[in-house]
Amino acid sequence: MLRGRLVAEKLDPNAWLDRYGDVLFRYAVARVRDKTVAEDLVQDAFLAAIGAVATYEGGSTEQTWLVGILRHKVLDYFRQSSREKQLQHEWSDEQDHDFDDEGSWAVSIDPWRTPEKAVEQDEFWGVLRGCVDTLPENLRTVFALRELDGLGTEELLATLDISTKNNLWVMLSRARKRLRQCLQNRWFEKWQQDVDV
Amino acid sequence: MLTCEETAQLISERLDRTLTLRERLMLRLHLFGCDLCNRYARQLKFLQRACAEAGEEQLTEAAELDETARERIRNRLQQGP
Repeated sequence: MLRGRLVAEKLDPNAWLDRYGDVLFRYAVARVRDKTVAEDLVQDAFLAAIGAVATYEGGSTEQTWLVGILRHKVLDYFRQSSREKQLQHEWSDEQDHDFDDEGSWAVSIDPWRTPEKAVEQDEFWGVLRGCVDTLPENLRTVFALRELDGLGTEELLATLDISTKNNLWVMLSRARKRLRQCLQNRWFEKWQQDVDV
Repeated sequence: MLTCEETAQLISERLDRTLTLRERLMLRLHLFGCDLCNRYARQLKFLQRACAEAGEEQLTEAAELDETARERIRNRLQQGP
């Protein structure tokens, strides 16, 4: 009884939308990209949370708890939509122009000067986010779930309905390769010129 | 001997799974003589670590629910789950 009262005092569903609406929306839209889908997921998360108020154990803050519920909703969404879209088929016919016929690099891999300083600048993160957005949707999704959410191979396979581990690892490799190239073009090359002058 | 293309794939996979002993040896052999792949390996590792250490504000766009969506959600929440 006492516990129930404490919980009731702590969780305040009426204030959720104002307090956490934007935070949750930002979380969702970064993963699903589609604004309308993100809005629906935020709503679903709030509804699920209202239904689950009794199970809240106070081990985490209200916000962390809500984000955890939203995280499940986001993964559910990918589980359903990837089955329909068959994400894994999109990459297989794509030609890889980064290597020549002998399998040697056909693009330049330039040195990055002081990347550890780059991460301290807000502009760098803006460029990185822009680069992530240039990825085709299937690669963007695997990259986001792997590197933003830290999902492992098994979880990714279960969530995205990708048929084999090898397909998944090839997709991740392509995503990283493109991102590396994009960061080189949009950040490190520009930035190094400025400094060298 | 691995090509750069095969090496690049292993460099990425190393971030997702434990390579076999044979793969590790082949990788090391190639990296021993290839500056570009060495650089590639360092940059991918940097990319993964940077993402892992970054906060949600760095990795996600600043975004806000617009008024229409907010109103729609508010109305729906009032009906209860």
